[in-house]
Amino acid sequence: MSESASASVEPRRRIQFAFTDEQEEFRATLRRFLTDRSPTTEVRRLMATAEGYDPQVWQQMSEGLALPGLAIPEEYGGGGFGMVELGIAMEEMGRTLLCAPYLSTAVLAANAILNAGTEAQKKALLPDIAAGARRATFAITEPDGNWDPAGIQTRAAADGSAYRLEGVKSYVLDGHTADLLVVAARLPDSGPDHLGLFTLAANSSGVERSLLESMDPTRKIARIELHGARAELLGDGADATAAIRCTLDQAAVALANEMMGGAQALLDSAVNYAKMRVQFGRPIGSFQAIKHKLADMLLEVELAKSAAYYAAQAAAAQDAEWPALASLAKASASESYLHTAIETIQIHGGIGFTWDNDTHLWFKRAKSSEVFLGQPSYHRELLMQRWGV
Amino acid sequence: MSQVSEAEVRAEVREWLNANWNPDLSLVEWRSKLADSGWGMPQWPREWYGRGLPMKLVRVVEEEFANVGAVGIARSGVRLLAAATLLEHGTDQQKKKFLRRILTGEDTWCQFFSEPGSGSDLAGATTRAELHGDFWIVNGQKVWTTSAHHADYGLLLARTDWDAPKHEGLSFFVIEVKQPGVDVQQLRQMNGHASFNQVFFTDAKVPVENLVGKVNEGWKVAVTTLAHERRGADGLATPSRRGPRVGRIYEEERLENERANEPYKWYPQRAGRVDLILERAQETGAIRDPIVRQEIARLMILAKSAEWTARRARASQQQGRPQGPEGSLGKLAASHVARACARVHTMITGTAAMLTGRESPRNGIIAEILVSVPAVSIAGGTDEIQRNIIAERVLELPKEPRFDTGPFRNVRRN
Ligand SMILES: Cc1cc2nc3c(=O)[nH]c(=O)nc-3n(C[C@H](O)[C@H](O)[C@H](O)COP(=O)(O)OP(=O)(O)OC[C@H]3O[C@@H](n4cnc5c(N)ncnc54)[C@H](O)[C@@H]3O)c2cc1C
Repeated sequence: MSESASASVEPRRRIQFAFTDEQEEFRATLRRFLTDRSPTTEVRRLMATAEGYDPQVWQQMSEGLALPGLAIPEEYGGGGFGMVELGIAMEEMGRTLLCAPYLSTAVLAANAILNAGTEAQKKALLPDIAAGARRATFAITEPDGNWDPAGIQTRAAADGSAYRLEGVKSYVLDGHTADLLVVAARLPDSGPDHLGLFTLAANSSGVERSLLESMDPTRKIARIELHGARAELLGDGADATAAIRCTLDQAAVALANEMMGGAQALLDSAVNYAKMRVQFGRPIGSFQAIKHKLADMLLEVELAKSAAYYAAQAAAAQDAEWPALASLAKASASESYLHTAIETIQIHGGIGFTWDNDTHLWFKRAKSSEVFLGQPSYHRELLMQRWGV
Repeated sequence: MSQVSEAEVRAEVREWLNANWNPDLSLVEWRSKLADSGWGMPQWPREWYGRGLPMKLVRVVEEEFANVGAVGIARSGVRLLAAATLLEHGTDQQKKKFLRRILTGEDTWCQFFSEPGSGSDLAGATTRAELHGDFWIVNGQKVWTTSAHHADYGLLLARTDWDAPKHEGLSFFVIEVKQPGVDVQQLRQMNGHASFNQVFFTDAKVPVENLVGKVNEGWKVAVTTLAHERRGADGLATPSRRGPRVGRIYEEERLENERANEPYKWYPQRAGRVDLILERAQETGAIRDPIVRQEIARLMILAKSAEWTARRARASQQQGRPQGPEGSLGKLAASHVARACARVHTMITGTAAMLTGRESPRNGIIAEILVSVPAVSIAGGTDEIQRNIIAERVLELPKEPRFDTGPFRNVRRN
């Protein structure tokens, strides 16, 4: 396509366009588990709580299914799988709107530590995360909602062998319940654009956390004020900008896959309703206006799925183009998910606008996912830049 | 047979090419070798000019052909749709008579389906065929028939029983185009080209052995052709590119492209030419406009996703998994891509999009895109028909109420 794309380094592994039998089996196992543990009655119960997740289900996810460590290398206590399996897990979780600190712990925080930490730090931090014993999150965004690390204002100053953090983080996923925070901050002593990633226990002194009132109650977000909180620097002091971007790109791929699970669930529910609901003496699904809408929704979902799957494959294969594809998949999934949600409400008519009908749960997840990690227009521009255009 | 490995196939095809490939052969001589050895259509059955290879190994064969610059079998037009239809429904005699000459390029084919009164509703055909002795006598009119002015044979859908319900009174024939009872008239299209025709049949003759399938069971046969068409077999030959390309065969291939592919000259343009978007944005400076950048990114995401969706469909087919929805979506996706291309090309080109011909951008190619794209959402089944098919066959939504049941004679028509 573009110069930079075609000049990409030969990927280490061929991109696969079909899942393997093992991957399909993994998906089936997860689907059974999640259908059982995350029905909408549970989603509704948990979204009304402040914690927003069920510790017992988290424990089962950790002990039985080893999900938090899925993509953490074996030497740090994980399962050693890659982005493709992580994508499958996310897609299945998105399908049932699982309420759990998974994206924050297993994707954002774990990858931030993997991307920036020293060998000793990875050995110290990751096994607990992989085991689900420690829930973690990644605090990058600030009250201005900017996803570009260049906009970070929070500052770190050396204090002996540790650092002191000063600033305000916001939109921090599961920030109010996490045990461990990974915080992105500026290191002015090391240079004007120098960024660092820091870890600290969430209950450290100088950390003030407050739950934000989120439109999507299945996704809990927090504001975190750092008043001279003591933290440890990840890595050897090199600029962490690349590690931060990589973490965000990995999260974008994972989130795109999660969104496609949700979009498929919506499409299924719209199709079922169209077959069942009768008006003018016939099922509404026999009216072309509805039929064609559903056909278009299917097309849109399948296209965005292809992008999400491809991005996961490219990331797993370390294809040089993968960061561009992360943006591509994120932009595509965001629009497809939200559009599917809007049309699913439309196809349900009045009942689709009620609190009792489940559609709005997915609609809200679609809306929060659309802007989390950056909205589609932001990622489209990023895509162009990453393609060298 | 199913156990052959990629390495074995590669070695075998390489050896065969070493022994046989010679660019100084005539095109027909070479393609005859391809047909007889099965290397021209390796996915076809062994007894019919193929080697019974699964699709994933066909790719290996294609790679080896490309490596030495070997020319492949003839692909232009609807010849491969005809072949697929005959492979599935034809008699051995028909396969023997037609398949080989389809592959060698000696015969060219067209598709006599649409009529003035029935396009989307193909089963509403009113061209009639009546049996007189050893011949079916055909009367009526077909229209929009691409390439009929070059064709030797046509796939013909005609009514053989007017008292049966619509779909049960049709039969499927192979008709010789170059005969006194067939009058082919070229039609000019909105893009100035004249690749399709109207065709009048006046007591045209079809020998009884050219009936494909059974009498009055022609709809089933047509459905096979249409399914292959939706899967995108329609189109252009992709000439081999690598290698020094000197020799008699390349010269003949070039001449064939000029003649047989003449009706398809504008087909790349009707697909939208997504490949030109970035170059054009750069050469015009439109690439600096943030709104254009957004639209280009949108288009690229769409085009890439459509390509990956097609590859997912192929991959799951190769793995022998049941076909997922992704297989039926290609045609509709292609329409979206083409329309988005036309829109973005216009944004990039600006006022110069008012021009056409030699003085216009890219020597008229951009203008040709803009006036050719409307064909994509019509030809080969309109977007609306694709949506009906996706909704009813893939999503299994209920059918619409019908007004065309009972004897065809009594059904309302144009
Ligand atoms: C470039 C080109 C090449 C072609 N080549 C060939 C060829 O080689 N051989 C051949 O046989 N034909 C060919 N065709 C014909 C093509 O297949 C038909 O034009 C097409 O199927 C539409 O039929 P129609 O033109 O009769 O339009 P109509 O069927 O009359 O459709 C008119 C409009 O009504 C809509 N419509 C019709 N039925 C429905 C429905 N049930 N639900 C919703 N909307 C509906 C259509 O979508 C369309 O928008 C070609 C057409 C083009 C443009």
